[in-house]
Amino acid sequence: MKSRPAFLLIAPCWLVLGLLFLTPLAIMLWLSFQQAGLYGAIDPGPTLANYIRCVEPGYVAICARSVWIAVATTLICLLVSYPVAYYIALKARPERKNLLLALVVIPFWTSFLVRTYAWMFILRDQGVINSLLMSLGVIHEPLTLLYTPLAVMIGQVYAEVPFMVLPIYVSLEKLDRSLLEAARDLGAGAAAAFWRVTAPLAMPGTVAGIVLVFIPSLGTFITPDLLGGAKGMLVGNLIQNQFGPALNKPFGSAVAMGLTAFVLALLWAYATWARRRGEEAL
Amino acid sequence: MNTERGMRNAERGTAALRWFSWLVYAFLYAPIAVLVVFSFNSERQTAVWRGFTLDWYRVLFRDAAIGNAVANSVIVAAAATVIATVIGTMAGLAMARHEVPGKRATRSLLYLPVIVPEIVVGAALVSLFGFLAMRLSLTTVILAHVAFSISYVALVVRARLACFDRSLEEAAMDLGATRWQTFSRVTLPLIAPGVMAGALLVFTLSIDDYIITSFVAGPGATTLPLQIYWMVKTGITPEINAVSTLLLAVTIVLIAAAQRLQVARRSTVFSDRGPGS
Repeated sequence: MKSRPAFLLIAPCWLVLGLLFLTPLAIMLWLSFQQAGLYGAIDPGPTLANYIRCVEPGYVAICARSVWIAVATTLICLLVSYPVAYYIALKARPERKNLLLALVVIPFWTSFLVRTYAWMFILRDQGVINSLLMSLGVIHEPLTLLYTPLAVMIGQVYAEVPFMVLPIYVSLEKLDRSLLEAARDLGAGAAAAFWRVTAPLAMPGTVAGIVLVFIPSLGTFITPDLLGGAKGMLVGNLIQNQFGPALNKPFGSAVAMGLTAFVLALLWAYATWARRRGEEAL
Repeated sequence: MNTERGMRNAERGTAALRWFSWLVYAFLYAPIAVLVVFSFNSERQTAVWRGFTLDWYRVLFRDAAIGNAVANSVIVAAAATVIATVIGTMAGLAMARHEVPGKRATRSLLYLPVIVPEIVVGAALVSLFGFLAMRLSLTTVILAHVAFSISYVALVVRARLACFDRSLEEAAMDLGATRWQTFSRVTLPLIAPGVMAGALLVFTLSIDDYIITSFVAGPGATTLPLQIYWMVKTGITPEINAVSTLLLAVTIVLIAAAQRLQVARRSTVFSDRGPGS
C-alpha cells in the first residue's frame, strides 16, 4: 500500500515516544552534566563531576553489589528453571503442557509489589517462618531473615523465574527429538546426550533467559527497598534516593545514564551473538 | 539387562524432574497462598492462626484513603489503556503491513521502553515534567503509563499480524468493500484478540505499576500500589494482606476473562459463517 496511511498510522506513536521517552532521556543526559545547587536547584555546567563521583569507592561498592546480586539471581534462576522447562517441554503429557506453562506465567501477571510484600510477611521476625519454628520449639529467638541479602535474592529469584522458564521451554520444545534418539542409539548415556545434544541445541533460549533475568535484576528497586536492609542499597535505590531525599538530580542522572548504557551494551552484545548464530534475538 | 537398567534410570530421572517441578510450583504459589490465608486471620501481631475473620476487609472498605487510591488507579488504568491501545494498535498495523519510513529505527524505538530499567524511565519522566514546569498530578501519571505501555501493544499486535492472511482483505476489496469496511469488518475482527491481549497487558501493567508512578504522582494522585507501599512502610498489618488479596483477585479475574474472550473470538472468526456475515 501507499506510504501515506502508513505514515499517519505510525506518527502518533513516534510523537508520544519522542515526547515522553526520548526527550526525557535527552533531558536526563543534559542534567547529568549540570551541577547540583542548594535544595535541589540545578546550577549550569557543563561538568564531568557527576560521572567522576560515580567511581568513588562507596558508589563502586553499590554497583558491585548490584552486579553480584544480579549474577547470583540469574544463576539460581537458571538452576531452578531449567529442570522445570525441561520437564514441561520433554516429559509432561502433551495435553498438560499449556496448563503447566500458564501456572508458571500467572504469578508474573500479579503485582510485583504484592508479591514482594508476601515475602516480607513470611520472612520478618513475627513472620510465618519464625512463628512456625518458634511454636514448634525449634528456635527460641526469631531468626533474622528479613533485611538481609538472602531475602533480596529470594525475592528477586521469585520475581524472575517465569522469564527464565519461558525462553528455555521454547528452545527445548522446538528441539528435534530424533537427534536425542540418535544420540542414545549411538551409545550416548543420558548425561552425555543431555550435555552434547540437548543443552547446546537449547542454548539460544538459555542465553535469552539469562539476559531477560540479568537485566531487570541490575536495575531492581522494590526488592532491595522492601527486603534489603539499610546496608543493602543497590543502583536502583541510589538513583531513587538522588531524585528523592538527596535532592541531587544531576548525580542521579549520571548514575541512571551509566546503568542505561551498561544495559544497552549488554543487549547489543547479546544481539550480535544471536545474529552470528543466525538466530533472531528475543 | 543393560537397557532395562537404563529404562529404570530414565523413569527415576523423570520422577525426580516431576518432583522438582512440583517444588518450584509450590515456591511460586506458597507466598501468594500464605498472603491470602492470613488476610482472614483474626490475630493481628504474629503469623499464628487464631481463627477466621472478615474484620480486615471491613476495615478496608471503610478506609477512605484506600477507596480514593482505588478510584485513582482505575481512572489511570482506563485512560492509559484506551490511549495506548489505540496508538499502539495503529503502530503495530503500520509496522506489520506497510513500508514505514525509518522502519529499523522505529523498531528500536519500540523496544526501548521494554529495555530501559523502570527506575530510569521514572527518573527521566520526572525530569521532563520538572523541565516543563508541569505540576505532578493524575495527568502526569496517565502520560507516564501511556509512554511505557504503547510498545507492548504495538509488539503484540505486530506479532498477531505476522501470521495474518492478506488474501482475506484483498477478497473483501475485490468484492467492492471500501477501505474502511475492509478494516472494520475483516481486519479488525481478525486482529481483535491481539488488540485485546495488548489492552489487557496495558491495564495490568498500569494498575500494578509502582516504580514509575512513584516518581510522577503528585499529592492527591495516590494510586493503589502507592497506597500499599506506604502502608507496608509504616507497619505490616493484616489490612495489607486483605488489600493485596483483592488486587490479586482482580488481576487473575482479568486474565481469565481475556483468555476466554480470546478463545471465543478466535472460534467466531474461523467459524463457517466467517466475519461480517
